[in-house]
Amino acid sequence: MHQIYTRVFEPGFFASSPVHVAIVIGGIVAVVSAVTGVFTVMRGQSFGGHALGDVSAAGGSGALLAGFSPIAGFVGLGIVGAGVMDLIGVQRLRGRDLATGIVLGAAIGLSALFLYVDASSGATTGATQQILFGSIFTATSATISVVVILGALALGTVAVVCRPLLLATVSPDIAAARGVPIRLVGVAYMLALAVSVGLSSVATGAILSTALLIGPAAAALRLTRRMSWAVLAACLIGVAATWLGILLTYDSYYWGRSRQGLPVSFFIVAVVFVSYLLCGLVSRRAATRRATPAARPAAAGPDQVAA
Amino acid sequence: MFASFMINTWLIATIVAPVAGVVGFFVVLRGSAFPAHAIPKGAFAGAAGAALLGVSTLLGLAVFSLLGALGIGTLGRRGRHDVATALALVMMLALGAAFLSRTTEYEPEIYSLLFGEVLGVSSTELLPVSCLGVACIAGVMVLYRPLMLSSVVPDVAEARGIRGHRIEICFLIVVALATAMTVPVVGALLIFSLMIGPPAAARSLTARPGLAMLLSIAIALVTVWVAIAASYVYNWPIGFFVGALGAVAYGAGRAWAAWRRTRTVRVAGAVAA
Repeated sequence: MHQIYTRVFEPGFFASSPVHVAIVIGGIVAVVSAVTGVFTVMRGQSFGGHALGDVSAAGGSGALLAGFSPIAGFVGLGIVGAGVMDLIGVQRLRGRDLATGIVLGAAIGLSALFLYVDASSGATTGATQQILFGSIFTATSATISVVVILGALALGTVAVVCRPLLLATVSPDIAAARGVPIRLVGVAYMLALAVSVGLSSVATGAILSTALLIGPAAAALRLTRRMSWAVLAACLIGVAATWLGILLTYDSYYWGRSRQGLPVSFFIVAVVFVSYLLCGLVSRRAATRRATPAARPAAAGPDQVAA
Repeated sequence: MFASFMINTWLIATIVAPVAGVVGFFVVLRGSAFPAHAIPKGAFAGAAGAALLGVSTLLGLAVFSLLGALGIGTLGRRGRHDVATALALVMMLALGAAFLSRTTEYEPEIYSLLFGEVLGVSSTELLPVSCLGVACIAGVMVLYRPLMLSSVVPDVAEARGIRGHRIEICFLIVVALATAMTVPVVGALLIFSLMIGPPAAARSLTARPGLAMLLSIAIALVTVWVAIAASYVYNWPIGFFVGALGAVAYGAGRAWAAWRRTRTVRVAGAVAA
């Protein structure tokens, strides 16, 4: 029993302070991303959610250059990016794709410049890696309070606009007829998304930001159509994937002889991806089970006639 | 600027730009900006994998961009398309992060794969890049009618027996080929800017598809040429100029379209009065 326990939790897992910080920050980010992610997936704005991650990364590299705190850069440019996307035409479904693409292209150009200057000034080695991939293990306990505040801000915004947002997402016509300010609700949601994505990219890196935003929410929406259940399931999947990923990363140092671990983003993404596929499988099983009792009499019909 | 070490740069940019212009025209028309961003960015992981295995970068890029295209196509059959793209992208990037953790790849090389390194183009790269470019253009030519039909009026295309899903996969493969050839030159992230900015600008200038495609090629060529010249003069990364010029071209196109619209309204008003 003890042997199995030490196999699963390699020695020192619960004593390591980077692991503590990663578990706390990872958990908060997973919950915030999952809640905003459910709306992102339902509104079909995955591209926007991903693009905001890259936009905020440009802000992060700019802040590194200007000497601000990276968090200010990440969240600040993310909010500006969300505003520009909305101005160009996020609200129209057709123009949304293009608007997101144009903003993303410009932001990538900016980060090319910032990272180049960062690298050639030599002050910050590893800036490209750090900004583009990031790692949950590099976060310090000092960032926890900022993460909590920004996370609460994003969640609070979503909670305030939750009901009109849901109506505007599911049926914009009815929402408009009821006098819901669709544009305003959409902007509020985009701002919450920008804060949430900026927060998750600075705390966990750009890859995990998109993975935790889209993966758990999409998996949960495959399981249930009820909004409250979907949000709850998304949070559970997100937190479970993050913690399992952290554990696997820690353990991976002990696999093989090389004493060389794999990055945490790899494990978390892999768990999220597998859970998305599993949820698809479960929902298809459920759908066929529901469909068969209805289909059976029809299928049996000709046989009975023949008999 | 036209010194001998720059000749290959100008040549390769002149091959890349028309391909980006033509493929990008359909990217904008179909609203496939997300896959067009995801495939090159994910293909970057292939380059990291190729470095780990010691095979050619172009091979790694080609394999991973094709994997990405097929992955997006397969996942997108069931479930939402944008979700499928996002998940395929993060999965490829996660693999890339895992590969990078195992190699001793030097940071500037990662940077140049992501943001492009036009000044280091060797003559041996010209041939495979031109072949892939010709393959992309040929692919678009073969697919031209069904692709156009299924992009503009999907219902009519279905009624005529054109399988939307099959066309989508074929188109994603063309995007993947375009990606593999352009990533070593303009970088994984900036090929996207080149596939979005010029075609979007062209589309806001004219509604006629043939003319829009030609305009898109022309704007892409001008963008790349100006970007190389500016990058040579100011010694800033070419990626910045491509991204900025793409956005400027789109902004100018939109402004021109808005100005023309108000003018027609005014002319119509004057005629009516």
